[in-house]
Amino acid sequence: MLQGHQTWVFENKPVIIASAAIGGPFEAQGNLAADFDLLHDDLWLGQDSFEKAEKKLLEQACETAVKKAGLKKEDIQFFMSGDLINQIISSSFTARTLGVPYLGLYGACSSSMEGLALASLIVDSRFAINALAGTSSHNAASEKQYRYPTEYGAQKPPTAQWTVTGAGAAVVSQQGEGPKVICATIGRVVDMGLSDPFNMGAAMAPAAVDTIEAHFRDLSIDAAQYDLIATGDLGRVGHRIAGDLLKKHGVDIPEEKLTDCGILIYKDDQPVLAGGSGCACAATTTYGHLLNRMRRGELKKILVVATGALLSPMSYQQKETIPCIAHAVAIEI
Amino acid sequence: MSSKKRKNLTPTQQQFQDFANVREPKRPILKNCFRAFLVGGTICTIGQGLSWFFMRYFNFDEKTAGNPTVAVLIFLSVLFTSLGFYDHIAQWGGAGTAVPVTGFANTIASAAIEHKSEGFVLGVGGNMFKIAGPVIVYGVFSAFVVAIVSVIIKALGGV
Repeated sequence: MLQGHQTWVFENKPVIIASAAIGGPFEAQGNLAADFDLLHDDLWLGQDSFEKAEKKLLEQACETAVKKAGLKKEDIQFFMSGDLINQIISSSFTARTLGVPYLGLYGACSSSMEGLALASLIVDSRFAINALAGTSSHNAASEKQYRYPTEYGAQKPPTAQWTVTGAGAAVVSQQGEGPKVICATIGRVVDMGLSDPFNMGAAMAPAAVDTIEAHFRDLSIDAAQYDLIATGDLGRVGHRIAGDLLKKHGVDIPEEKLTDCGILIYKDDQPVLAGGSGCACAATTTYGHLLNRMRRGELKKILVVATGALLSPMSYQQKETIPCIAHAVAIEI
Repeated sequence: MSSKKRKNLTPTQQQFQDFANVREPKRPILKNCFRAFLVGGTICTIGQGLSWFFMRYFNFDEKTAGNPTVAVLIFLSVLFTSLGFYDHIAQWGGAGTAVPVTGFANTIASAAIEHKSEGFVLGVGGNMFKIAGPVIVYGVFSAFVVAIVSVIIKALGGV
């Protein structure tokens, strides 16, 4: 049911019956290593290209999630997925392996929550019994496409972020045990005129703020409703800007409640500059760490606001600014 | 930000950028300069050492020792790039690793390694000069312009 301008309230409360997070070697050294289902010590995953390695990550995330749900591939009606590689090949090639009816998405790093929101919508409206939402990113594959070759020695500024190598997937079902998806706010594209691809946090912060404000406005609620509000991949720079911008707009979120997946995922001494980014940043942190905390009873109700920068390497070269988006999904147990 | 770029922004965008700007960490320019001096200086000292080595033990003079010296530095740069730690030195050393010949070797080697997965012709061959290409194009072009100017000045009876 639509509430307000852009928020879906799921009356039947679809259940995340299982979720999976797969990570790479750098994530294994990170803060949340214990929350991953599988960690690889090889960035290549035994494949002969980074793109194939990313596909493998997503395949493993989907297979693990389906297995954990106690289901078979045939029990999944729809698979929704997006990633950062040109023409979203990681997602489409995974869909080829799964053989499940598939909807490809592109929301850059917001794909995780875009997928979860749509999967919940399909399940809530009874158009599916089980739907699978997944997303992936690979550090080297993203660097190769968006920036420079991995081994190229260019000095990055302190505002740059580190793309997470990993994949996350969640099985959303009409019935079962687990955290429930209660509502989702679909974001607008916000462009504040920033054009530096090494400062995505600052570019995406206004989009996150816009979606959080819209979410509160549409549902007439405030931050007191949530135990935790986690943005997707703003990093330290974007997180600070978003926090201050929310205060400026009169939205009061206590500091300990507002966090960012890009800050949570890595340790402070890892050389990630401003923090983590990429589709897998919000996906692995939510589907691994945050949902595990909910299952353990540490968190009752959370809001995940996955942020995405909708630029392409070409748009940046043509001096276009960076349009950004954020989608919010509320989960409770 | 340049004033021209700023003019295209709406007042809200300008306001946000000012708001964000004070909350962003800046590049530590002084520290970067010091590190660039240290790393770049080290690379050049190694080069000077190599140059002496070639003059002392082989039949090279000050002018001809340049070629084998550069060859060794390029080899080392490509080796470190392939072993995967040139980029880590570069993140620390900044311009110190980019400016000497080692930086140029790194751009070519890194692009070649990166695109090997697309095959040797379209991958390695087509992308090897992805980063080094502009340097070569504009390097050659500027040399051409400078040469023309020099010829004209000489023809007009200049020095």
